[in-house]
Amino acid sequence: MSENSEHHDHIYSTKLQDKIERNTLLMFVFTAIAVAVGGIVEIVPLFYLPNTAMSGGDGTFNGTSHKDLQGNAIPMDKIVWNPTTSAHKTLADWLPGDGVRPYTALETAGRYVYIREGCFLCHSQMIRPFRDEKDRYGHYSIAEESMYDHTYQWGSKRTGPDIARLGGKYSDEWHRKHLKYPRDVVPESVMPNFFFLDKAPVDAEKTRKTLEVMTKMPFNPVPKTIYTDAYIAGAAEELKGKTEMDAVIAYLQSLGNHVKFEEGVNYRD
Amino acid sequence: MEATQATPVKYDMDVVRWFTIAAVIYAVVGTLIGVYVASELAFPFLNFDIPEITFGRLRPLHTNAVIFAFGGCVLMATGFYIVQRTGATKLWSNTMAWFTFWGWNLIIVLAVITLPLGLSQGKEYAELPWWVDIMIAVVWLSYGLNYIMTIGIRKTSHIYVSNWFTMGMIVMITYLHVVNSLAIPVDWATSYSIYSGVQDAMIQWWWGHNAVGFYLTGGFLGIMYYFIPKQSGRPVFSYRLSVLHFWTLTFGYVWLGAHHLQYTALPDWTGSLGAAVSLAMIIPSWGGAMNGMMTLSGAWDKLRTDYILRFLVTAMAFYAMSTFDGPVMAIKSVNALSHYTDWTVGHVHAGALGWMSMISFGALYHMVKKLWNTEMYSDRLVNVHFWVALIGAVTYIVAMWVSGIMQGLMWRDYDEFGTLTYTFVESVSAMHPYYVMRAVGGAIFNLGAWIMLFNVVMTVRQASAVRGVNAVPAKA
Repeated sequence: MSENSEHHDHIYSTKLQDKIERNTLLMFVFTAIAVAVGGIVEIVPLFYLPNTAMSGGDGTFNGTSHKDLQGNAIPMDKIVWNPTTSAHKTLADWLPGDGVRPYTALETAGRYVYIREGCFLCHSQMIRPFRDEKDRYGHYSIAEESMYDHTYQWGSKRTGPDIARLGGKYSDEWHRKHLKYPRDVVPESVMPNFFFLDKAPVDAEKTRKTLEVMTKMPFNPVPKTIYTDAYIAGAAEELKGKTEMDAVIAYLQSLGNHVKFEEGVNYRD
Repeated sequence: MEATQATPVKYDMDVVRWFTIAAVIYAVVGTLIGVYVASELAFPFLNFDIPEITFGRLRPLHTNAVIFAFGGCVLMATGFYIVQRTGATKLWSNTMAWFTFWGWNLIIVLAVITLPLGLSQGKEYAELPWWVDIMIAVVWLSYGLNYIMTIGIRKTSHIYVSNWFTMGMIVMITYLHVVNSLAIPVDWATSYSIYSGVQDAMIQWWWGHNAVGFYLTGGFLGIMYYFIPKQSGRPVFSYRLSVLHFWTLTFGYVWLGAHHLQYTALPDWTGSLGAAVSLAMIIPSWGGAMNGMMTLSGAWDKLRTDYILRFLVTAMAFYAMSTFDGPVMAIKSVNALSHYTDWTVGHVHAGALGWMSMISFGALYHMVKKLWNTEMYSDRLVNVHFWVALIGAVTYIVAMWVSGIMQGLMWRDYDEFGTLTYTFVESVSAMHPYYVMRAVGGAIFNLGAWIMLFNVVMTVRQASAVRGVNAVPAKA
């Protein structure tokens, strides 16, 4: 552009565009609005619409309703464990199939190690509704299964296999060997050796604080009926003598067996 | 572009010089760490049983180093350079610009310390601990405020197109960083996102894709719109196309994050919406790429002699290529194959090595010459760097494209008995030659960065020596 004033007064686009281009504040405001729209449209509804596992904190889920083969609604407390209505009242009594539950103290400590070591960079925890993924990994993942995962761990890459339903597939002893020296068990593996976890004691105080933080989350907090004051206070006792290896194995063994899926039922609508 | 002034403006270019040198150094460091983590996947013994350098801890250091250290310093160097020269004004606050420089580099040092120690929030490209997140917000706002205020005090009538893109980046990155980083700390090292599951996933990829869309694309389009016309000595091909490019990209890019979550537990409508807008984005992206390329019409012969221009134009070709690749991958049936594979990694590096790095190298060489008012120490080495970078990038991208598609096909293959043909680990061993090839491609690319560092250091030394010689008689 030259300093020629004739040039400056000529409008090469539209009046509005020309006005915006001459005014810093206008440019700022228009830009700030333009970049906000997409995020608002895609994110905000996820806090209100059904099938997003957003809990009202009282066992309701924004009208989420999974239907069985006869078309009857499956009660949500069959999907998400509710100690008030369940026959199993505490985390210690909970059994696989009782519905989605938050992690125990030991599993919470393991999950911390899982995030610290960057496991999510190579292992996804999100099975898609495809035939091969069902055959390889199991039933597709549903929203409720990660509702307590503050900092979700779906992952974006499968350098190693998906582990959303790893729980119960291998013995603790297999996991211990595999985590320590993966190539002793799977010669082709490219996973690093995590032998050092076997010598590291679990950080009990960090874990206790983590449980507390999880009850204070603004969205999908762990109900105090599950993480009771007594449970949180007893965390240190549960973690006594445990290593980070024990914790990671407990975490891995807890993955994916919470919900009892019925064959043929569509859980995605 | 710049207004011709009766008295030449004295710009604040010292801070730009420092950002420029920092960017060149981080180009070497960031890609070097990349080569190392790539080699760890090819040869796992390279983890050396040292927790601090295992893949899971070093990979975030690589991504943070290339995005925030290299990319960030390029954006801040070029940003402060462009905003002064297109506005014919000094910076609104030179002091604040220095605060930005030292603050940003302190954050980079903290990343180098905390990430290998395993301090991670568990979100890709947002791993840094919560208190570093606060520092990032403060330093980023110091950059943004200074930038926008400098636009405000410009002496020219219109705001130049590069500054629109940079302003879009500043605003969007502020939104993204603040919303995605909201977390409750457990202690100084650990914190957990206030969102969980579906909501956290969507917010993370709203961040993840727009860090690409606004930081690594928008910001670098600002570079493209300034440095291609400057280096080629031609005006931008079409002003109207640039208006269209800016507003469609600014409004549209934001919607794309959802395509990272197709067929997951995210509601289908969100993923499909992300995919639809992703496809539509081919139009502004290619419009912009054409605008950059066609700026050279009538000056194509300059590519024979101007090596800096080669970087800039090749970058536009890669920009066009990856903005075609991306929307294709967003199509649901393609994504079913490509998601979770190394095709994604190939796509990212087509953008990062081919587009973002190439345009940066071109801009950095251009600025070094202007900032130190000198010729390059060696033009031949600029040319060598260009070819080395191109060969490295293509080797890397081809390895990951081919192997990524292979991986996806192996996972879904069934034999005649209706059972899965391959175990997972068979796909891992099939990746080995490609992981080696990728590491080699990365190493070649890294070599180019070393050549650049050498050339820039020699150029600056040479310029300082000349200035020193000239200064003596002046003093005497």
